[in-house]
Amino acid sequence: MVVDRESETDRLFHALADATRRDIVRHALGGEHSVSSLARRYPVSFAAVQKHVAVLEGAGLVTKRRQGREQLVTTDVHAIRRAARILDELEQRWRDRIGRIEDLLAGDDHTDIDTDTDTDTAGGPR
Amino acid sequence: MTVTSAEKDPVALTLTITSELATTVERAWQLWADPRQLERWWGPPTYPATFVDHDLSPGARALYFMTGPDGSKSYGYWDIVAVDPPRRLEVRDGFADDSGEPNEALGSGVMVITLTETADGAGTVMAIESRFPTAAAMEQLLEMGQEEGMIAALSQVEAILADTA
Repeated sequence: MVVDRESETDRLFHALADATRRDIVRHALGGEHSVSSLARRYPVSFAAVQKHVAVLEGAGLVTKRRQGREQLVTTDVHAIRRAARILDELEQRWRDRIGRIEDLLAGDDHTDIDTDTDTDTAGGPR
Repeated sequence: MTVTSAEKDPVALTLTITSELATTVERAWQLWADPRQLERWWGPPTYPATFVDHDLSPGARALYFMTGPDGSKSYGYWDIVAVDPPRRLEVRDGFADDSGEPNEALGSGVMVITLTETADGAGTVMAIESRFPTAAAMEQLLEMGQEEGMIAALSQVEAILADTA
């Protein structure tokens, strides 16, 4: 059962560690889905899907509301958008790094660089 | 353009960036294996990285800090999970305090670097696959290497939160 004092980080990590739960998050990005319709997508029981949804809700990835006998699930678009925006910036970070790697490699003016010892060019750009 | 693809999954919090480098696999490995070379490209010129410990043996921990324009330092670590020179490196990466102790509050991610020859054998394909524990950890990573002085305030908040946890 769920530990009382699980940290937010642990909950999010745990929530996203399962392929079915990730699929539910993606599927429910498009709008509200009932738990019973979600249950039909996966070869698992209604109760199992209900449990997955509870884990996702606990991690703040989806919200749930009741309509009559149905429970409707939606992905928290803001949480996903925020993640997407950060990933864009991290991509740029890596593009910058790879640009610096290219510059560094372009500075290898000799093809016979001895990779076993530090050359005097390793200390910094000239 | 040497970056050939960037795949992002905002649900799984993963980023895979693939590039082609005009060099050999052995030379590309040195970019990671030689801390002095790593320091030349890991951080931007305004936010350079310094590796305090750098032992790429399984089970070892590498420790680095990045120095901001105001002199403030932010620490990160790599726990070496697997290493297969000169082709593959897998680390768990996270944030550390200035004594090198991991900051567990933000969790740790996974970074896998693979180096393979290009199809024509003339260059190296470098793929870097990152999996982040949380959006908050991704934001913290962005702060490391950004010129705003926000990092100091944020790490103070983290320290307070860690103390009261």
